[in-house]
Amino acid sequence: MRKTYINGLGCISVQETFDTIFLEKAEINENDTILPVKTPVYKDFISPVAIRRMAKGVKNGIVASAMAMKEANVSTVDAIITGTGMGCIEDSEKFLKAIIDNKEEFLTPTSFIQSTHNTVGAQIALGLQCKAYNLTYVNGSISFESALLDAKMKIEEEEANIILVGGIDENADYTTSLFKLAGFIKRENEGPYKVLNATTKGAVYGEGATFFVLENEKKSTTYAEILDVEIINKLDVNEVESKCSAFLEANGLQVSDIDTIVLGFNGDVEFDPYYKILSENSFKNTPQAFYKQLSGEYNTASAFGLWVGAKIIKTQEVPEIISVNNLEKPAYKTILLYNQYKGIDHSFTLISKC
Amino acid sequence: MSRGIAITGMGIISAIGNTVEENYVSLVNNKMGITTIENISTVHSGEIKVGEIKKTNQQLVAELELSPDNNFSRTAMIGTIAAKQAIQEAQISSINEYKTGLISATSVGGMDMTEAHYYDYFEDENLVKYISCHEGGDVAHKIADELGLKGMVTTISTACSSAANSIMLGARLIQSGKLDRVIVGGTDALAKFTINGFKTLMILSDGYNSPFDDNRKGLNLGEAAAYLVLESDEIVKKENKKVLARVSGYGNANDAFHQTASSENGDGAFLAMEKALKVANLKPEQIDYINVHGTATPNNDLSEGRAIVRIFGEEKAPDFSSTKPLTGHTLAAAAAIEAVYSVLAIQNNVVFPNLNFQTPMQEFNLIPQTTLKHKNIEHVLSNSFGFGGNCSTLIFSKSE
Amino acid sequence: MEALKQELKEKIIDVLNLEDIKLEEINDNDALFGDGLGLDSIDALELIVMLDKDYGIKLVDPKEGKVIFKSIETMAAYIKENRAK
Repeated sequence: MRKTYINGLGCISVQETFDTIFLEKAEINENDTILPVKTPVYKDFISPVAIRRMAKGVKNGIVASAMAMKEANVSTVDAIITGTGMGCIEDSEKFLKAIIDNKEEFLTPTSFIQSTHNTVGAQIALGLQCKAYNLTYVNGSISFESALLDAKMKIEEEEANIILVGGIDENADYTTSLFKLAGFIKRENEGPYKVLNATTKGAVYGEGATFFVLENEKKSTTYAEILDVEIINKLDVNEVESKCSAFLEANGLQVSDIDTIVLGFNGDVEFDPYYKILSENSFKNTPQAFYKQLSGEYNTASAFGLWVGAKIIKTQEVPEIISVNNLEKPAYKTILLYNQYKGIDHSFTLISKC
Repeated sequence: MSRGIAITGMGIISAIGNTVEENYVSLVNNKMGITTIENISTVHSGEIKVGEIKKTNQQLVAELELSPDNNFSRTAMIGTIAAKQAIQEAQISSINEYKTGLISATSVGGMDMTEAHYYDYFEDENLVKYISCHEGGDVAHKIADELGLKGMVTTISTACSSAANSIMLGARLIQSGKLDRVIVGGTDALAKFTINGFKTLMILSDGYNSPFDDNRKGLNLGEAAAYLVLESDEIVKKENKKVLARVSGYGNANDAFHQTASSENGDGAFLAMEKALKVANLKPEQIDYINVHGTATPNNDLSEGRAIVRIFGEEKAPDFSSTKPLTGHTLAAAAAIEAVYSVLAIQNNVVFPNLNFQTPMQEFNLIPQTTLKHKNIEHVLSNSFGFGGNCSTLIFSKSE
Repeated sequence: MEALKQELKEKIIDVLNLEDIKLEEINDNDALFGDGLGLDSIDALELIVMLDKDYGIKLVDPKEGKVIFKSIETMAAYIKENRAK
């Protein structure tokens, strides 16, 4: 069966993740409940005529994908597969508000068009004039992993050699106010918002666009091989460990083979037990990393997690800022990622050095 | 050689019927489901017609026996109804007995609830439960929970081709051995959001949509849900299951032309059909019926027609029809609805009529089948195209 | 008429987010679509709404826009002839 390699990365996030090596400029913000992305200079990547109607998510997606392609040194791809939990929600908001406020009159199409979930993938295709396979997944916190799994299958089916895969989500004011109301986002004035050992419900929200160029061949820019991806809709806390071992076993591995486990801790006291059970039991002696203190929580934050995993393998270090337990290994070869959101949409992703 | 992935169950609820059987009766009796809108209050109700499921949300809640504190969107409710029917026809009693997945599709998700309560959430705490039902994935989770399914659950949203892509992914997951069984399809309820969105694009008809007619004036929106059960040949053999038809071909390509419009020559559509034929290992002349996307917008039918001419030749195009005059355009669900109709065409050896057609288009000599036609149907090709140039083609084949 | 043309230029820049284009760069007879300003069919739909909202002119067929929105000159002439507000 053909293998899948990560050959290029592009990341627009709350941190400075472009023009940097690996989180050396990262800063933890424990005072805010909403973290905005550090924006690149869009006009370096997108023409003024094209940019004027683009949503934030579209712009970030285009820039992140261009960075990934540049790093992988590819100019065309055989498939574009994206994941997004909410799509370009800012435009959805704009259109919906206009409908209500203007009583369905004098509406214009631009924000409606942008609100379609596949708009990022479509605009990347338009920019690249890429007529290939183009899909978008929208399923909460496994939106990105669905795209990743599809891409891996495409390479295994020998239907594609070079694939652009990415996760994109954006914050929008009214939606975040609703998420605060519903308790998904932490309350104000309860900071500092620490992700580990948190005592309050909800999470600090972020946004971002993280893209990967996947190829069937190893080359000088290769970060890691993607060994496997598994998606499960629902698990009880006490099922996580057995599911995790079954996943490793299916790949001929055991816990001791894992050099770092990257966990999706988001500081929600209600659901972090899903990570704790792995952190405090099977993987007690394994180096552990966490990242949502840097990226914030969002539906496709796990794409940022995979970016972290790939960088660990490439740089052979787990920066202190993401280390859970300060354990080290002489070499970082095999990395397991686990993520879930509110007890649903669980994913296990396995990558290794090659 | 196998003719593709087995379909062992289907379920549907649309403007022309609440079951597969009811839909079939409407299809063969030209019973259009396009009417004035009743369940949504909109200022456009006098000037547009829609394909609406004539059941209120309260009726749907009662039918599904949901608890009073449920937070189901209409999209999730009609999706659950269709998925349950599909499971029943496939005679699945223990859903997690095999590696089973659900690949859903939606474009609006829970928008119907979001738009109904948008500014009221801060006023009424009883509404807050609906905030989480906005996103697309919520619909799939609700359906999976109602079916008791634990496994791979995901959702595709590529506008109006969404469900075709969910059927395609489901077939690939079985083909690759990742899953033994997968429930695939899509659901979209009518919403003010989409009604107004399509209105801004000026592609809504003020009358009844007339696909491939020279005087076509645009589409009627509709709402519907349909799901199909795909199973591996191992299960089919072991449990001696009845195979309704097979998913034999699939293809997706991007038009890469415009954010909403299709290209003049239908490049994306051409590539999608070409790919699906290749996967099915069929020649164009082996296709007996095309269920076209046929939305009746000036742009779609011209682009799709040109792509059909390129694949089949102007004089050799097989019988084709759009069933959207009956159901309306049901967006992310459309390809699942039309997958059910394609299977019905195969099972009953019929070509469904393309209603409301009068005048051939000037650009080419393609005339849809306008009356019910009985003939042997081995292979049906079904097209679905969406915004963002997303073009998908599925091919369904008789099992034996 | 000159004032109307100036007004249209301002509105086009605003409605279509043409922030990089200056008022004086748009000539009255420049093509707005295609090679000129580079506007496309979505812009045309935006302009149709502007006609309705600001001048009370309702177009039912988007194809009509092709002729009306040829240039600032043609737009101004059409609005002058047909405006309801």
